[in-house]
Amino acid sequence: MIEIENVSKAYGRSVVVDGVTLTLPSRGITSIIGPNGAGKSTLLSMVSRLLPMDRGHVRVDGLDIADAASDVLARRLSILRQDNSISVRLTVRELVTFGRYPHSKGRPTAADREHVERALGYLGLDGLADRFLDELSGGQRQRAFVAMVLCQDTDYMLLDEPLNNLDMKHAVSMMQLLRGAADEFGKTVVLVLHDINFASCYSDHIVAMRDGRVIHQGSPEALIRPDVLAEIYDLDIAVETIGGRPIGIYYLGSGSARRQQMPGPNG
Amino acid sequence: MKALAGACLLIFVLAAASLFVGVSDVTPGKLIGADAGSRALQVLLASRIPRTLAIILAGMSMAVAGFIMQMLARNRFVEPSTAGTMESASLGMLVVTLLAPQAPVMGKMLAASAFALAGTALFLRILRSIPLRSVLIVPLVGIMMGNVISAVATFIAYRFDLLQALAAWTTGDFSSVLRGRYELLWLSFLLTGIAYFAADRFTVAGLGEDFTTNLGLHYRRVLRLGLVIVSMVTASVVATVGMVPFVGLIVPNIVAMAMGDNMRHALPWVAILGAGLVLACDLAGRLIRFPYEIPVGTVMGVVGSALFLALLLRKRRQLG
Ligand SMILES: Nc1ncnc2c1ncn2[C@@H]1O[C@H](COP(=O)(O)OP(=O)(O)O)[C@@H](O)[C@H]1O
Ligand SMILES: [Mg+2]
Repeated sequence: MIEIENVSKAYGRSVVVDGVTLTLPSRGITSIIGPNGAGKSTLLSMVSRLLPMDRGHVRVDGLDIADAASDVLARRLSILRQDNSISVRLTVRELVTFGRYPHSKGRPTAADREHVERALGYLGLDGLADRFLDELSGGQRQRAFVAMVLCQDTDYMLLDEPLNNLDMKHAVSMMQLLRGAADEFGKTVVLVLHDINFASCYSDHIVAMRDGRVIHQGSPEALIRPDVLAEIYDLDIAVETIGGRPIGIYYLGSGSARRQQMPGPNG
Repeated sequence: MKALAGACLLIFVLAAASLFVGVSDVTPGKLIGADAGSRALQVLLASRIPRTLAIILAGMSMAVAGFIMQMLARNRFVEPSTAGTMESASLGMLVVTLLAPQAPVMGKMLAASAFALAGTALFLRILRSIPLRSVLIVPLVGIMMGNVISAVATFIAYRFDLLQALAAWTTGDFSSVLRGRYELLWLSFLLTGIAYFAADRFTVAGLGEDFTTNLGLHYRRVLRLGLVIVSMVTASVVATVGMVPFVGLIVPNIVAMAMGDNMRHALPWVAILGAGLVLACDLAGRLIRFPYEIPVGTVMGVVGSALFLALLLRKRRQLG
């Protein structure tokens, strides 16, 4: 269980995460949705100790991340940020092997290597394992990063927009993979997603943020509803039930929304 | 492994050549059967072997220092001569020579390390406050900063009549290496060993602060360890033979192109090729105008800047 208690972050005078209190249940997939600039990435970075918070506490399985040893945390919780530019020239396999670092401290055992090969296989990277990262497409690189995090084999996996750059097929198989990790291995997966329909189809729990606050949370059925979505995104979104799942149809916008201007930097 | 052994063999051949090239006539023929007092043997022990060892040690450790810097600055074009590190070290030598002329060379070198550390930290600080961190801007900032520091050093040296001493630190030259005057370089060999020991940490740091934290390492600590190694290596090389630019730039870049940056894997190659490049440049400097010598710093400067330009242009093409 991740307990987030009254966490805030401000840059200068603009408060980007504003007293968020939230409990993320163990096991299963929690998706965080919300418009650009809602503070999703900032919140995730603070929960994973990448970014210091101005106020508040975060506890992972009762362990306060402010006091816990970083290498102990690295065996419990892993994080993949939204934008990852890497200048180091590594092969896919080398990168993924570094995912074992918290366990192997740079001396990978046979068991570590098995983890690596399995993660490469899960992400469909077998054929690319010996290619350098700077010679891959964006989507292939994204899969390599996820393989690395998977290889870290932590109870908690935090992924900020893991579907970035992925085509439909790979996006679906990524979500199925994460679903499997939650169902079969009891992992707790926390995702930031932009596609509300992936959130609807694969999450156990959805958290909606806007302007630095959590404004709604609940099951997909409770969140993927026209009135709730309108509040989150300022957009009229029709919802249909397809295959038993609520699916938002937002491509056409609505009469009123279509006439609106492009949203501003925080909109 | 086989290739690495081959490279070692090449270094061995170059080192052997380095032992037998010079004004005094030292040949294997003269050494065989020579008695302990023979001139050839004395030259070999007092000058040629120390010189060859100094070249190998300095070449190895400068190449590895450049490699570490590139990881930590996350920029391919950073090395001790493009980040103000070398210039700061020689300023340090100058200052300590002024203030404590009687200090032992080890003490001077430590003072120079402190200067090198401060200069490199300043460089990283400046980088952090430059909003547009283009790949090519970074070394340019470092080179400018280095020039400012060496201008300060030149001014001080001019005022206190130490220009000649300063020249010894700024132009790398192995011709004056004698037994008893290069042993400080074994320290940089030791530091290279520590770098190998910590290789995975440096590679992880090269992935960036977020990846480093995620993997449970303290980014600041890795950065500090790396900067201390780089500063001490640079200072010990500057104190004993003077600045040897570009080795730390060219060698890691070539190795990275061929086999990537995974330090655990690449570091032995960087070390060996660094020694090889400096050996080759020093030999060239001894042979081009025989019996006169061109200092290795000058040869390295010419060869190095040409290769540096080639790398820059290549990068530009890649960046589009
Ligand atoms: N380093 C920073 N300095 C100043 N403002 C920032 C910084 N990082 C993020 N912000 C601002 O914080 C807000 C929230 O950003 P973020 O958490 O990335 O949003 P999201 O991931 O929900 O799109 C944005 O308005 C963004 O401009
Ligand atoms: Mg974001």
